[in-house]
Amino acid sequence: MSPVFDGKLVIALGERDGVAGPAIAACIKAAGSEVVFSATECFV
Amino acid sequence: MDLGTQEAILRLVNQHGKDKLLVLLGAPDGESAEISAETVIIGDPTYAGPLAEAQLGLDVYHILEEEIRSWIPADTWDDQVGLMADVLDAEEISTAVRGMRDRRESSN
Repeated sequence: MSPVFDGKLVIALGERDGVAGPAIAACIKAAGSEVVFSATECFV
Repeated sequence: MDLGTQEAILRLVNQHGKDKLLVLLGAPDGESAEISAETVIIGDPTYAGPLAEAQLGLDVYHILEEEIRSWIPADTWDDQVGLMADVLDAEEISTAVRGMRDRRESSN
């Protein structure tokens, strides 16, 4: 597991025009970490 | 950053402690990545939300940064991020988020 997110709870803050929250969450779960919050925002 | 999202982050910090949390961004460019990183490190720059002057100092990275990307299984990466990784300027975004982390380190 990455030393960056080893033992960490992840907050996935996606953006509509970038990478969405659920996509970030899927990546982090696949890497073995826990996601405690996920959102996709529209930056204006 | 959305006010509801700011409220959720504040609640999670109170629940788990800031050292236990890692924020991962999916912002499309350096400017929006920097504003989001600033919000969870220094506080809401618009002073409109619950994180105004909160100075949480949270650990924050962008999903495209190599420290994160290199640990994601390749098939999942391709399915979930692949296309956007080709379109977005990972170097510009990484520089912006790293810059905010450096500001946090220098203020500690």
